[in-house]
Amino acid sequence: MPPRERTQHLIFAALTLAAVLTVAPIVLVVGYIAWLGLPAIRWEFLSAMPREGMRAGGIWPAIVGTLYLTLGTAVVAVPLGVAAAVYLSEYAPDNAFTRAIRLAIINLAGIPSVVYGLFGLGLFVLFLRLSTSIAAGSLTLAIMTLPVIISTSEVALRAVPQSFRLVSFSLGGTRWQTIWRVVLPQALPGILTGVILGLERAAGETAPILFTAAAFFLPRLPDSALDPTMALPYHLFVISTQVPGMPIHLQYGTALVLLVFVLSMNLLATVIRSRARARRQW
Amino acid sequence: MNTPPKLRVEHLSVQYSDGTESLRDVSLDIPPNQITVLFGPAGGGKSTLLRMLNRLNDLVPDVRVSGKIYLDGEDITRPKLNVVALRRRVGIVFAQPVALPMTIRQNLTYGLELAGQRHAGRLAEAIERSLRQAALWDEVHDRLDEPAAALSGGQQQRLCLARVLALEPEVVLLDEPTSGLDPVSTAKVEASLQEIKQNYTIVIVPHSVQQAGRIADLAAFFLQGELVEAGPGRDLFVAPRDQRTEDYVTGRFG
Amino acid sequence: MRAEAVRRWPEMIVEAFIRAAGYSAVLFVGLILFFLLREGLPAFAEVPFDALFGTRWYPIEGYYGLLPLVGGTLVVTIGAMLIAMPFGLGTAIFIAEIAPRWARELLKPLVEVLAGLPSVVLGFLGMVAMAPLVRTVLDVPTGLSALSGSILLAGMAIPTLVSVAEDALDAVPNSYRDAALALGATRWQTIWRVTVPAARTGVLTAVMLGVGRAIGETMTVMMVTGNAARMPLGLAAFFRPVRTMTATIAAEMGEVANGSEHYHVLFTVGLVLFIFSFIVNLAAGAVVFQQRKRAERLLS
Repeated sequence: MPPRERTQHLIFAALTLAAVLTVAPIVLVVGYIAWLGLPAIRWEFLSAMPREGMRAGGIWPAIVGTLYLTLGTAVVAVPLGVAAAVYLSEYAPDNAFTRAIRLAIINLAGIPSVVYGLFGLGLFVLFLRLSTSIAAGSLTLAIMTLPVIISTSEVALRAVPQSFRLVSFSLGGTRWQTIWRVVLPQALPGILTGVILGLERAAGETAPILFTAAAFFLPRLPDSALDPTMALPYHLFVISTQVPGMPIHLQYGTALVLLVFVLSMNLLATVIRSRARARRQW
Repeated sequence: MNTPPKLRVEHLSVQYSDGTESLRDVSLDIPPNQITVLFGPAGGGKSTLLRMLNRLNDLVPDVRVSGKIYLDGEDITRPKLNVVALRRRVGIVFAQPVALPMTIRQNLTYGLELAGQRHAGRLAEAIERSLRQAALWDEVHDRLDEPAAALSGGQQQRLCLARVLALEPEVVLLDEPTSGLDPVSTAKVEASLQEIKQNYTIVIVPHSVQQAGRIADLAAFFLQGELVEAGPGRDLFVAPRDQRTEDYVTGRFG
Repeated sequence: MRAEAVRRWPEMIVEAFIRAAGYSAVLFVGLILFFLLREGLPAFAEVPFDALFGTRWYPIEGYYGLLPLVGGTLVVTIGAMLIAMPFGLGTAIFIAEIAPRWARELLKPLVEVLAGLPSVVLGFLGMVAMAPLVRTVLDVPTGLSALSGSILLAGMAIPTLVSVAEDALDAVPNSYRDAALALGATRWQTIWRVTVPAARTGVLTAVMLGVGRAIGETMTVMMVTGNAARMPLGLAAFFRPVRTMTATIAAEMGEVANGSEHYHVLFTVGLVLFIFSFIVNLAAGAVVFQQRKRAERLLS
């Protein structure tokens, strides 16, 4: 074998190894948690309140809390994020201010999650007096999720062929009619994928809700959006670091429930994307 | 020639933001119920003129326009014009057939629904009338609820024509509507244009001089943004007044 | 005409909302900066300026030296990138240039799964499974160290790195590759001399965004780095506990009184983090904008 082909073989082998070593731990992590967490999964674990200082009973309030927070995030972030994407893709002129908006979005995407927590504490909890609550946590998570939804939605909107817009305008469509009847329906699967991936991130986050929404332990479910709440990620953090003598299988069980929650959203996004790709007419 | 023109173009100049001049001082009267052909080599400004007639050029940023265009005596270049209403009166068919990603039926009713027409009977009426005018009714009447994208290229282009006709515009603009079509489809489109011209004013950029000669009632020759000459089709192709027109028509360049 | 006017009212409202939503990103960045300044600036009045640059962080006794925290963040981030770059870029090149179709279809969703793993889950696993392993393998007093943090942070930075770098490699026109191969280059020579250099701005963006991800990660590092606020000096620092800026905020904010000195200093730490991420993302963004401008010039 000539030397340069040998070099190529060696390097390709190394790159393959890098890829395998990158993804193998992912499979390992998911499998490991599933293996050790499954024994904890019983109906009671999923549906009961925690007992005995959380060392027994279930994680129902944490599951409900995460659902509420994710829903609250969606209610705020989806309309705002999709509308912002529509603005950038369909309305924004090419000028300095639009570039400033894009820069702002890049920076929002990069701000550490714990800084969002500080911001939420300063603005929503203290300044707007929402107290530590589902509302404050959802708003904080929503602003954190916004850049993900905006950028994925914008990509989906821009992928819709320009000729559709031209035809719609030429048939007497206004800009909004064109967006509503042609552009948005075509971009919907892509937008949905981005929205779900954004919400997936919000559902798994801990740092932004630490000081804005999360409660260590609550004996009952929250009554309103102004109540604090338990949440799966924070609960996992609490029982793995703050509760001495916590049974390890309950920790793995909680991790597994969180993982299933998040990964099923991931799966949903993947399914929507691949089905839309197969159906697309352009 | 005592009927007033449907469209009157007066000293129209159009300049794009990168400095290229697309039209230079063009004046032209377009009569009603005839086929007016704008022809000439590529880059002559024909498409620009077409898109000025229903203000689609508004979508291009920073276009400098001077001169006036009148539709039935009404200035349609003025900034405050309701362009949505104008585009319902002046429809356009593009070179590439673009079926909207919907069913055949939805493609045809799209413009009417945008205009607020919800009456099912009226919509059905418009569908049949426009499909017949575009010589497509026989081929698609039993599958109106199939996706329009499933039609062949020639059928799609006739669908685009039908979609414009469904709105009952006063003027139909066609920008090389047969450039991607086979001869049979081309003949069908040309035949339906002859058919519908009693009710519409038709302005077309043909895809060849031959087509221009076949269908022109009135012909206008454009060269590098200038209108070289305009006149009745039968005269202009037989005895052009300008040497450049003759050179182009006889195939010496272009 | 009148019906026209009536029908356009709802449209104008919708369009006003769209416009406002578009502007909102700028507003939010502004608000975040404003509240960090509002709550963080008082610290500069309460704590002597040079004390903030001290090497001791011990809030109970009034020592608010930020340097050990900044150092902790830097050590963990550098370690993470040293691990993430070879694996992440290697995987990106593998996926974009070498892998057969089925391997691509398998790897990309898996990397996306990694991106979706909650940081608290990784931190938990790191604590209960990985740290003990690191301790026995390396025979060090504790596995809760900068190294453990770096390993997990690398895992969190890799998805960003892979997807951005892969996009950049994908965007290199095939004609470049064909030209190199036609001149007799091997596939690897083509990748190394042509494709990767052509995609270098995108690869650089990927690395910058990975750095940003690593700097900002909170829960994972808090759970596995041992959280000792010590100045990390020398290579040995990798094997000792450290404490990052993010972990400090997360761990201490819950226990301070609103409006206290400690509270204000924690917001100052947040401000420093904001500035770090702003610089990193500005750099990444500048690369993106430059690229776009060049593309525009080529098109016109």
